[in-house]
Amino acid sequence: MDRKNKSLLRNIDWSVILIYLILVFFGWVNIYAAVYDGESSEILDFSSRYGKQLIWIGASLLIALFVLVLDPKFFSQTSFIIYGIFLLMLISVLVVGSETKGAKSWFGIGDFGIQPSEFAKGATALALAKTLSSVTADFKKWKTRITAIAVIMIPMLLVLLQNDTGSALVFCSFVFVLYREGMSSYILILGAACILLFILALLVNQYLLIGIYFTLILLAYLFLRKKVRKINIWTFIIIFIGSSLFTLAVDFVFENVLEQHQKDRIEVLLGKKEDFKGVGYNVNQSKIAIGSGGVLGKGFLNGTQTKFNFVPEQDTDFIFCTIGEEWGFVGSSLTVILFILLCAKLVKMAERQRSKFSRVYGYSVASIIFFHFFVNIGMTIGLLPVIGIPLPFISYGGSSLWAFTFLLFIFIKQDAQRQELI
Amino acid sequence: MKDSFSSRRITITAIFIIVGIIYIVRLAHLQITDDSYTRLANKNALRYLTQYPSRGLIYDRNGKLLVYNEAVYDLMVIPRQVKEIDTNEFCSLLKITKKDFIKKIEKAKKYSTYAPSIFEKQISKEDFAPLQEKLYKYEGFYAQSRTLRFYPDSVACHILGYIGEVNEKTIEENPYYKKGDYIGMSGLEKSYEEILRGKKGSKITLVDVHNREKGSFQNGMFDTMAIAGENLYSTIDIELQKYAEKIMANKRGCIVAIEPNTGEILCFVSAPYYNPNLLVGRVRGDNYKKLSDDISKPLFNRVLMAEYPPGSIFKIAQSLIALDMGVITPNTGFGCDKSLVGCHNHPSASNVRDAIKMSCNPYFYRVFQRVVQRTNPKTGKIDSKYGLSQWTEAAKRMGFGTRLDIDLPSVRKGYIPDTTFYNKWYPGGWNFYTIYSNSIGQGEVGVIPLQMANFAALVANRGWYITPHIVRNFGDENKKTKYTKYSEKHYSLIASSYWDIAVEGMWGVVHEAGGTARRAKIDDIAVCGKTGTAENIGDDHSVFICFAPKERPQIAVAVYIENAQGGGGTWAAPIASLIIEKHIKGKVEREDMEKYYIETNPCQPLPLKRKIKTKKK
Repeated sequence: MDRKNKSLLRNIDWSVILIYLILVFFGWVNIYAAVYDGESSEILDFSSRYGKQLIWIGASLLIALFVLVLDPKFFSQTSFIIYGIFLLMLISVLVVGSETKGAKSWFGIGDFGIQPSEFAKGATALALAKTLSSVTADFKKWKTRITAIAVIMIPMLLVLLQNDTGSALVFCSFVFVLYREGMSSYILILGAACILLFILALLVNQYLLIGIYFTLILLAYLFLRKKVRKINIWTFIIIFIGSSLFTLAVDFVFENVLEQHQKDRIEVLLGKKEDFKGVGYNVNQSKIAIGSGGVLGKGFLNGTQTKFNFVPEQDTDFIFCTIGEEWGFVGSSLTVILFILLCAKLVKMAERQRSKFSRVYGYSVASIIFFHFFVNIGMTIGLLPVIGIPLPFISYGGSSLWAFTFLLFIFIKQDAQRQELI
Repeated sequence: MKDSFSSRRITITAIFIIVGIIYIVRLAHLQITDDSYTRLANKNALRYLTQYPSRGLIYDRNGKLLVYNEAVYDLMVIPRQVKEIDTNEFCSLLKITKKDFIKKIEKAKKYSTYAPSIFEKQISKEDFAPLQEKLYKYEGFYAQSRTLRFYPDSVACHILGYIGEVNEKTIEENPYYKKGDYIGMSGLEKSYEEILRGKKGSKITLVDVHNREKGSFQNGMFDTMAIAGENLYSTIDIELQKYAEKIMANKRGCIVAIEPNTGEILCFVSAPYYNPNLLVGRVRGDNYKKLSDDISKPLFNRVLMAEYPPGSIFKIAQSLIALDMGVITPNTGFGCDKSLVGCHNHPSASNVRDAIKMSCNPYFYRVFQRVVQRTNPKTGKIDSKYGLSQWTEAAKRMGFGTRLDIDLPSVRKGYIPDTTFYNKWYPGGWNFYTIYSNSIGQGEVGVIPLQMANFAALVANRGWYITPHIVRNFGDENKKTKYTKYSEKHYSLIASSYWDIAVEGMWGVVHEAGGTARRAKIDDIAVCGKTGTAENIGDDHSVFICFAPKERPQIAVAVYIENAQGGGGTWAAPIASLIIEKHIKGKVEREDMEKYYIETNPCQPLPLKRKIKTKKK
């Protein structure tokens, strides 16, 4: 072993790799449990889903190894090429792809299929990092801003065209990256405000709501007028008009832009609809499975809801139900903690990068993983509407696991050799 | 590489951590604080199958089966799990119409969409076989095996009773019962319900989302076995019961036979009766309505519930009470003075024995007069109240006017009037002349046929009786249990010498010239009896109580034929003698007589028309 490899081994952040391995292993255990139906089954049955997942885990480890030995400059140098390839794949999947669950997002090769949108997130992260780290880039300039947003929006729109709303939404996670690189805080606040106003507009009568906004803004103005010397009444008027128009628009958007299943999912979440047999079935069964786990869970392979298929999609998007039911509060909250640790760790690692490319990429990785975690678990515990995206490293699926492995290990490699990268 | 925005990592990390905390709090709520999800999960995946025990069997005194169980199937439905099915095929398998199908599903949904309810009940083995093969196709449906009662000889309906579905009230009062369970509604089925029913068990099975069974829950740790009900060994002689029912097939009235020294009931017929198999299974509803609408009241258990006037059979009791009070002696004679009360033509009785034999009404008018018009030792005056209360007590000790604690439900007390009753009834005062009808078993006296048979047994035993009962013992073949209350002797506290006088009189009734029941005579068997002819709305009832043989009696019988023209000696007495002959000899040798009494129906057709005056024998 030469000196270079020795220093690589020394510099790799093993804690992240440990978390990765735990999540992947725990994921497989739960896929096994979700597929298990009471009869004893052979672990190495490669026709079963847990058997296939085992193959994909093996391949992922090879991918990880491959990425770790590759020259770290490879990805920064070829990032636009990779980005371009995936844009082409996203376009061609629209033409020749096969449809699964209403989304045309798969390339079918025999029994195996591959989902380019899973990889497109990583490619976009590379391209975004490349864009923002170029010598001429300056986030204060509109040119940089527009380029960055275009880099994000193009694949996002292509994924949206595939009718895969969940995966498209993941591109929103780049907002954290942009924020870190200098995007105005107001945009973050505005985004949060919009979500809040949207929910309120669905729950409360819109005219009543406008009345409430008027009262609140008026009170705020009267209160602040005495404290702050220079105050512009127009700011308040614009806020009021803006929020009122937004409120009025929500109804229109909800009725005319969203599709029926999306409306249903939002209404179920907000408690406006309680249809346990129809649109509310998934979430209700998911909450039952998780809630029945108790503190310690029912134990491995003892989850009745899991074993007997009461929860749909339980090895993919609803895998967290299996964790919740069989491993209880202990297992599920540890899973949450592991994800938060991983994301926080990635942010911390991104900050220690010497190259801007690595930092932007690191933030992208953290944001993408966080967004998946946030949406997926939020959905299974009934805090977010049903949006079908996998839980990173845990959900069943080759494309997803490989894409996240690539995504993560490219950054681990960058981090390991951060001293050499400027 | 630090730059001006590096502090924003704190905001981003904070957002991550806040989301993490929110999720953990939410998980804590779902998994720890709110336990409703565990319940819902069990509702999803656990199905509680009730294991029904087989109900105890009932045997006759010779070990012949009176009631047994046969398997039928209830088709259960869980509406929530019902998917698209081939309704036409399903309906034709069940032999129901599509309209019925929709109605039944709606009814089940109304009860609960999650919990199973009965879709179609009591499908016979034959009908179930083709359905069973295809049941897997119908998600949400499954079968539960139940048992129904069957009666091989179709007899003894009023003894055995019937079972039926528990009503809401019983379910509320007794948590053992669940909707759709069966419970004894009458007869032995009711009085021995807790012994017969056994104990339900339950089996918990896991089911998957498609309602397929997935094995037992926790290896059956929480399953309980059903414990079969215990058998009853009754005192009924099925051959005698069948014979008595054959005689009563076209009549109204009762036959009750008791083994005097044990109190065991040998046969117990209330006519009209019905075939107990009619009140079983799916035909039950229709049949029950038909039976309850029937003007002749086949559901009414006359043996226990009909408070008849006893008529002249009550004269035995009167004689014994009077002798014991000392108001007459065995040789007291009274002339047959028809101005006091009507009578038939016979020589005057010069002693108690002859008075019984000839059933002289004026004689017992005098006897009862002496019983009632007694000198009260406290006041030294003649006091009807004193006399009557003494009489009431004595009559009650003979099993009249008190509830005989038989092991069947709904037994009446009958009625023996007392001073309180007459004080209320005649606020202006009363005396012997207002109540004299009781002397000959008319008036206010009411006696159920069981009490008549019990009284015959009391005389047969010369002074004591054991409460009549139907079940000798119950439980395991080798470890049978017996109620102690059915070995206790009840004494009527009348001096033993007087019983022989009554017995002699009763022997005379059957065997001597001038006796009122010569038709009850059987060769080789000394029958002692007493006729009665009870006045009522329609034609007189024909009554006879008897026991035989005179020494070491084996059987005491009461026969009561409603509205049978001709009196006790004409109908009830010969019928009772047939029962005695059948029991003691095993077969009836008087074939012509037997044929006549089986075929002839003396009962006045219903509805009754009020008749004018008749005289008593």
